[in-house]
Amino acid sequence: MLRFLLKRALGAVLTLFTVSVLTFGMFFALPRDPVSGMCPKNCDPQRLERVRQELGLRDPLVDQYANYLKGIVAGRDLGGAQGGRCDAPCLGWSYVNNEAVTDTLARVLPVTVSIVVPAAIGWLLLGVGLGMVSALRPGSWWDRAAIGFSLTGASVPLYVVGAVLLLVFVYTLRWLPVPAYTPLATDPLRWAGGLVLAWCSLAFLYSAIYARLFRAQLLETLSEDFVRTARAKGLSNTRVYGKHALRAAIAPVVTVAGLDVGAALGGTVITETTFGLPGLGRAAVDAVRAGDLPMIMATVLVAAVFVVLANLLVDLLYAAIDPRVRLG
Amino acid sequence: MDGTLRTGTGDPIPAGRTVGRSPGRLAWMRLRRDRTALVSAAVLVLFVLVALAAPLIEAAYGIGPHDQFQRRLDGFGMPLGHAGGVSGEHFFGLEPGLGRDIFIRLVYGLRTSFFVACTAAVLSTLIGAALGGLAGYLGGWLDAVVSWLTDLTLAMPFLIVALALTPTLALRFYGQRDEVPPSFGVGVLIAIFAVFGWTSTARLVRGQVIALREREFVAAARASGAGLGHLLVRQLLPNTWAPILVSFSFAVPQFVTGEAALSFIGVGLTEPTPSFGRMIYQSLDYLQTDPAFVLFPGGTLVALVFAFNLFGDALRDALDPRSAR
Repeated sequence: MLRFLLKRALGAVLTLFTVSVLTFGMFFALPRDPVSGMCPKNCDPQRLERVRQELGLRDPLVDQYANYLKGIVAGRDLGGAQGGRCDAPCLGWSYVNNEAVTDTLARVLPVTVSIVVPAAIGWLLLGVGLGMVSALRPGSWWDRAAIGFSLTGASVPLYVVGAVLLLVFVYTLRWLPVPAYTPLATDPLRWAGGLVLAWCSLAFLYSAIYARLFRAQLLETLSEDFVRTARAKGLSNTRVYGKHALRAAIAPVVTVAGLDVGAALGGTVITETTFGLPGLGRAAVDAVRAGDLPMIMATVLVAAVFVVLANLLVDLLYAAIDPRVRLG
Repeated sequence: MDGTLRTGTGDPIPAGRTVGRSPGRLAWMRLRRDRTALVSAAVLVLFVLVALAAPLIEAAYGIGPHDQFQRRLDGFGMPLGHAGGVSGEHFFGLEPGLGRDIFIRLVYGLRTSFFVACTAAVLSTLIGAALGGLAGYLGGWLDAVVSWLTDLTLAMPFLIVALALTPTLALRFYGQRDEVPPSFGVGVLIAIFAVFGWTSTARLVRGQVIALREREFVAAARASGAGLGHLLVRQLLPNTWAPILVSFSFAVPQFVTGEAALSFIGVGLTEPTPSFGRMIYQSLDYLQTDPAFVLFPGGTLVALVFAFNLFGDALRDALDPRSAR
C-alpha cells in the first residue's frame, strides 16, 4: 500500500514537472515578446526594457525556469515594480492585472469551485439514478426515456444548452437574474441564483455520460457470478443491488467522475464564457488574450495539479470501493 | 415459428446448405436491421452530401458565404422580418450586424467542421492504435512510457493549452503583421486534436492487445518467425478493428464539438472561415434581440452530433454481439 502510494506520488510529481517544463518551453521559448503585449501601444522603450529585466527575460532560459521553480517551492524576490517579496508558492507577477498571480488565483478559484462542486453532486446523483432506473428495468419506457435523455445530453454542446437556458429563464420568463458570482458567505441565495443555470447545464451534460456508463456497468455486474451467489444465498433484492452490485458497478463511475471533477476544477472555460462568470477558465482565456505569460503558466499548472490529484485520489478510492481491487 | 431454422438475425437458414458468414458480414447485417442506425446513417449521409456539395448549393442558392445584405437590416443592425429575417430568399435568416446569410454560412461551416473532425479523427486513431498496439504487445518500458504519456496528455488542460498555443504558433510561423492564411488555422487545429485525442484509442487498443497477445494464433505466428510488423498488422489489428472503428465513430463528433468549442472561445477558426462555434458565440450577444440567430447554428450542430452518437451506439451494438439492446 505504502509502496503503491509512493510510486504514484512520484509519478504525479514527475507529470507535474513535465507539464511545467512543457508549458514553460511552449510559451517562453517561442519568439513572442511577452512584454510588448503587456502594455498599451505607446509604451516607452525604457520602461519596456526595465520590465524585461525585472521579469528576467534577458537571462538564459534554464535560469528563468529554475527561478520559477524556486519561487514555487521557496518564494523569491521580485523587482520593485512587481510588489517586492513574493512568498511561496510564488507564481510570478502579472503585469496585466498588476498583482501577484497567486492573488488573482485566490480571487477566481472560489468561483470555479462554486460552479463545479454543486454541479458535480447534481450530475453524479442524476446520472447514477437514471442509470440505475434503466438498468433495473431494461427495455422499459423508463429505460428508453433515460437512454434518450443521455443521448441528447451527450450530443448537445454546453454553450447551446446554456444559451437556451439563458434565453428561457433569464430573458423570457425573467425568473432568474443574469448569471453573476456572489460569494457564498455574502448572500447564499444570490450565490445560488447566479450560478444555478451553470449547475443545471453542467449537470445535464455530464449526467448523460454517467447514466450511460452506469447503466452498462450495472447490467454487466448483474450478470456476474457473485450476484447470482448473493441471490442464491437468499438475500433480498435490496441487499443484492444495494450492497453487492452497486458497489462493484460504481467503481468505474468513480474513476470517470474523479477525472471529470479534476478537469473541471482546472477551469470550466466554456461554462464560464457562456454565463460570463469570472472563474479560473475565464481568467485563462483573458490571460491568453492579453499575452499574460505568468498567468497562462499558472492556470495551466493549477489545472494540471487538479487532474493529477484527482487521478491519485481515484486510484485510492477504487480500492476502497471495489473489494476485488488490490493495490500493488 | 414455422419450423425453419433461423440465424441470430432472423434469416431463415435454407435446408441442406450452411452459409458461412464472416463476423464483419454478420455485423453489417445486424446494422442493416437496426432502424436507428439506418435513420442516423441517412442523416449523416445527408450532412456529408451537403458539405461536399457546398459550392453547388451556393450556385443554386445564389448567395455566397461572404455576401452581406445590409439593406435587409434595420437601423440597429438587426434583421428585418420574423425569426431573424427568415424568408424565401434567406432560409435561416441573416446575421445581425454584418447581414450575412446564415444558411449558406452553415453549409460552409459544415464543410470545415467535417474536414477538421474527420482528418483529426483519422490521425488520432492512427496514433492511438499504433502506440496502444505497440505498448500492449511489447509491454515493459515502452508500455510504461506510453501510459505515462497518456497521463501527461490528460493532465494538460486541453482548452487552455490550445487557446494559448494557437496564436503563439501563428506568430512563430508568420510575423506580427503578416496575414495568417485560414488553412494554417485549420492545420493547427487538426494537429492539436491529434496530439490530445489519441489517448482513449491507445488505452482501448492496449487493453485488447494485452488480452490477445497470449493467444495461440499469436504464439503460432511468432513461432513461425513472423516479424513485429506482421504480428501487429496482420494478426492483432484484424482482431481489434471493431473497438477501433467504434472509437473512431465517437471521435468524429467529439472533434466536431471540439472545433466548435475552440472557435467559441475565440481560437480555432478565425474570420472569414465559417464555423458553428463562432456563430454561436456571436449569437450570445443577440440572445435577447434575435434569438433565432442562436437556434439555427445550435440546432444544426446538435442534429449532427446526435446523429453521430446514435450511429456510433448502433455500430457498437452491431459489432459486439454480447451487448444487448
